[in-house]
Amino acid sequence: MAGLSANTELLRKILVGFVQDEVHKVGVKKAVLGLSGGIDSALVAFIAAEALGAENVHAICMPYKTSNPESEAHARLVAQACGVDFTLVPITPMVDAYFGMFPDASNMRRGNKMARERMTILFDHSAHYSALVLGTSNKTELLLGYGTLYGDMASALNPIGDLYKTQIWQLSEAMGVPNEVIEKKPSADLWAGQTDEEELGFSYRQVDELLYRMVDLRLTREELISAGFGPEFIDTIYKKVQNSHFKRRLPVIAKVSNRTIDRDFRYSRDWGK
Amino acid sequence: MDFTAVLAQIKPKLGCVADNLALIEERIEQAKAAKADLVIFPELALTGYFLKDLVPEVARRLDSPEIARLLELSRGISIAVGFVEATDDYRFFNSALYLEDGVIKHLHRKVYLPTYGLFDEQRYLARGERFRAFDTKFGRMGLLICEDMWHLSSSYILAMDGAATLLCLSSSPGRGVEGESLASAASWQKLTATTALFLNCRVLYCNRVGYEDGVNFWGGSEYIAPSGESIIRARLLEEDSVSARLEEGALRRERIFSPMLRDENLFVTLQELRRIERERGL
Repeated sequence: MAGLSANTELLRKILVGFVQDEVHKVGVKKAVLGLSGGIDSALVAFIAAEALGAENVHAICMPYKTSNPESEAHARLVAQACGVDFTLVPITPMVDAYFGMFPDASNMRRGNKMARERMTILFDHSAHYSALVLGTSNKTELLLGYGTLYGDMASALNPIGDLYKTQIWQLSEAMGVPNEVIEKKPSADLWAGQTDEEELGFSYRQVDELLYRMVDLRLTREELISAGFGPEFIDTIYKKVQNSHFKRRLPVIAKVSNRTIDRDFRYSRDWGK
Repeated sequence: MDFTAVLAQIKPKLGCVADNLALIEERIEQAKAAKADLVIFPELALTGYFLKDLVPEVARRLDSPEIARLLELSRGISIAVGFVEATDDYRFFNSALYLEDGVIKHLHRKVYLPTYGLFDEQRYLARGERFRAFDTKFGRMGLLICEDMWHLSSSYILAMDGAATLLCLSSSPGRGVEGESLASAASWQKLTATTALFLNCRVLYCNRVGYEDGVNFWGGSEYIAPSGESIIRARLLEEDSVSARLEEGALRRERIFSPMLRDENLFVTLQELRRIERERGL
């Protein structure tokens, strides 16, 4: 599908320029990001290193005791390959201290807590280094809502949020992300052996083909069915996008005045920049 | 008359009129030093693009100090520049000025304000209502602002009104990374080249660069000869400045070689448009 096959040279230029421009215009030189050992954060590290200079990028790896040890090894490998600064901040003590009070908490609560724990560490380092936090969520997971609100979805700038996973693979290859990282199965790494595709119930390639036609090309349900997508798959994905929309919006404000923030008080974030 | 035009591909700061004026002045001085006759800036060069509720704050009246300063600078070089215009009745227009020898030769108010996709201009801005060609030291010209050019009638009217040079001031966001080149750049290049070719006109297209809230502006400012041939094109996505020599001889030769404009039948066009107007009950 032409739409999912990106011109990586052009994409690289736009995204590197984006990080450079949007970081520098707020009077900052540095960026900080969480490096999980997965492909999305690896790609962001490569983009940031090229945009800001590797010495201005701080990557923080924040494993929990159940994280796959291979993830940390891959994170180190990525940091080495693109030359960014690497710090290890394990989150086991904080997370375990909290769940000591709630021993019956579900896996979902634990996963969300870990994601938010990591977020607080990144924003703390943002203040420490005078650096902006770079987001590492891709378009596929943002659309599906496969992320934690105020956790891994939180950032100041996200260079890859308009790239489907399929395009992440292409650009990562073009930018020299290590092969081990590109080739392994995507995982939220909450427990050993977990993979995104198993948890979601479909492959990224399948869902990207559908999302691209549904969201970008705005094909109707009938057109999607004639293009070969199963009605059940279409409806499941449509519902996922709809039900996770709250995660992509700011909190809802009850309107009482003439100028309510974001409704009739409208300014770009780059106001004055 | 032969003349040299500079396309100043700048990166304005959003909502910072003083900073942008300084940037514009700097580019004017550079163009003057290079002995150019005309310098062209992008749409909303004085203000930046995604202004939203900033529109009334950054809008300037024609008698404002900023416009007075630009008029003063136009004594050494002709200037085409985009800004937000405030009128006495408190309307705000996405406007462009052509300044020459300390005089406003022409004011164009953007007619087609896009309000679709990522655009929302008509929410904040008032709509212009005319396309008029105007005389300059370098012949008769027409001004267009970005979306104006996507309506065939705009360039057509200006050409019928005698414009041999079309200036298009633009803030075009880059999108579409599937193909060999940026999709929005490729569409614009087709559009400007085809317009020049159809109307045997020169097109001077000036687009900005930089990012606003993650949206990139792709640059690629360009001079297209009346043959439709791209003569010079500025860099993609980077600040730049390119200079083009526009020769009267090339225009003359093209109009002899492909006299479509001479053969254009304004009478038939008007007759049919009037019929359509009648039939639609406008």
